[in-house]
Amino acid sequence: MQTGFKNQFNRNTINISNFGMPNYRRMIKFLTQFGRYFLLLKKVFSKPEKPSLYFKQTFRELVYLGVNSIGIIAIISFFMGAVITLQTAYNTENPIYPKYLIGLGCRDSIILEFSSTVAALILAGKVGSNIASEIGTMRVTEQIDAMEIMGVNSASYLILPKIVATILFNPILTLIGIIVGIFGGWIAGTLSGVITSENFIYGIQYAFIPYYIVYSLIKTLFFAFIITSISAFQGYYVDGGSLEVGQASTKAVVFSSVVILLFNVILTQLLLS
Amino acid sequence: MIRIVKLNKSFNGKPVLQNISVTFEPGKTNLIIGRSGSGKTVLLKSIVGLHEIDSGEIWYENTLFNKLDFIGKKRIRSEMGMLFQGSALFDSLTVEQNVMFPLDMFSDKTPDEKLERVNFCLNRVDIHDANALFPSELSGGMKKRVAIARAIALNPKYLFCDEPNSGLDPITAILIDALIKELTEEYSMTTIINTHDMNSVMEIGEKIVFISEGVKCWEGNKNEILNSDCDSLNDFVFANSLAKKLRASNK
Ligand SMILES: Nc1ncnc2c1ncn2[C@@H]1O[C@H](COP(=O)(O)OP(=O)(O)OP(=O)(O)O)[C@@H](O)[C@H]1O
Ligand SMILES: [Mg+2]
Repeated sequence: MQTGFKNQFNRNTINISNFGMPNYRRMIKFLTQFGRYFLLLKKVFSKPEKPSLYFKQTFRELVYLGVNSIGIIAIISFFMGAVITLQTAYNTENPIYPKYLIGLGCRDSIILEFSSTVAALILAGKVGSNIASEIGTMRVTEQIDAMEIMGVNSASYLILPKIVATILFNPILTLIGIIVGIFGGWIAGTLSGVITSENFIYGIQYAFIPYYIVYSLIKTLFFAFIITSISAFQGYYVDGGSLEVGQASTKAVVFSSVVILLFNVILTQLLLS
Repeated sequence: MIRIVKLNKSFNGKPVLQNISVTFEPGKTNLIIGRSGSGKTVLLKSIVGLHEIDSGEIWYENTLFNKLDFIGKKRIRSEMGMLFQGSALFDSLTVEQNVMFPLDMFSDKTPDEKLERVNFCLNRVDIHDANALFPSELSGGMKKRVAIARAIALNPKYLFCDEPNSGLDPITAILIDALIKELTEEYSMTTIINTHDMNSVMEIGEKIVFISEGVKCWEGNKNEILNSDCDSLNDFVFANSLAKKLRASNK
């Protein structure tokens, strides 16, 4: 009760002082965080002390962060595919548009944007907050200190397996998203009667550019790294207690989402222009 | 032996430890005592290198620890065991895996030998039939004991304990103190214990350092502590009414 009250108070005072904080101070704070992020990455990518243990961890994370995300990705992809199909259909009721364009529109939206970027934003919420709170809790309960004192490189042991696991598994999630999303479009389109099955299937094969899938997978690799590393960074440097762990997991989601959107623009310009 | 020379440590310009010099000897239970917020935890964490110090020297035998790089520190850390204020067991691992963790990381033993060592350590701290439990399923005292087992798994030369018996009932507290003292003598470790519990001080205080507001005020053993002329130490020692009555009856 007492500490809660105190924290409430502190939070307010921090907000007020932030308000008057000169811009250059904020700039310095930002640059410091930026530097700390790269120093952490350097620690993460140093030579593992026991590779066999890292393999075991990576396998565990593949299940925790990857396999356990299949459900949410499948459900959301299915409904997004369905909605995209219906919306395209209702916006192109004019008879001069050939019907198969509905299938084509569904395919391209799913492959280009949905399966990589939107899925990454959803994973930032699920996986990112999970990583930040797990590592953050380990920090405030001194479990990370306990590792350091044994001489274990805690940053590498905790973060590297997560990065490797998400980089290996998120492309699979992307492919699942593409398949389930297009399937959702087909179901919604044919059940609602806005398009025939033949037209839809013709549409998803029409003028297909395989490179779009490569583009989507490349984006996914970047996004996987962004989500995992930023969330782990937020968790690793938590200072305080459970309140700060909560804040760190919120920050993890917000920052990784913003960086994902930024990289989406940059990568699209580089890969599609 | 651990020797500290003129250690200073501050947080954001606010001094927390000032000019602390002290020597801790092997085979003895060395106690750091002081009121809450006096800087005990910061001192212990500075000694093991979890806090970067502002100035001063920390010697482990003949090695200047605070000037070592990561690899050098790692070598000395392989000889350290530490018990944290909140036990700091790994939540996602069972009791057995927790004690196994340092062995997995740093020993080349076979799985059977490691398991044997784990069971030996758990027996030593009187934990039985709990190998498959997770830390959330243990009581506070059991967590401390498992944490001690993990800390001694690699036969450390140096053992650090931050409030090993805070939050425990008086009997369990004394058992844990006695266990640490036994282990210290058995393996001739250099043990440093943080505490503000006068019971522990009188039970196992072979060397006691008293810290008040980040400054070392007094140093001695449990027999000398009742007759010191340091005011803040007397306030600390005779804070409870039982101790006051004892002193009155002695006079
Ligand atoms: N990470 C930190 N950042 C800033 N100040 C700190 C930090 N850690 C400790 N302090 C300050 O250092 C002082 C000493 O804290 P410390 O934790 O060493 O006390 P303690 O003697 O261990 O107390 P207790 O018996 O309650 O555990 C306190 O005033 C505390 O506010
Ligand atoms: Mg403390």
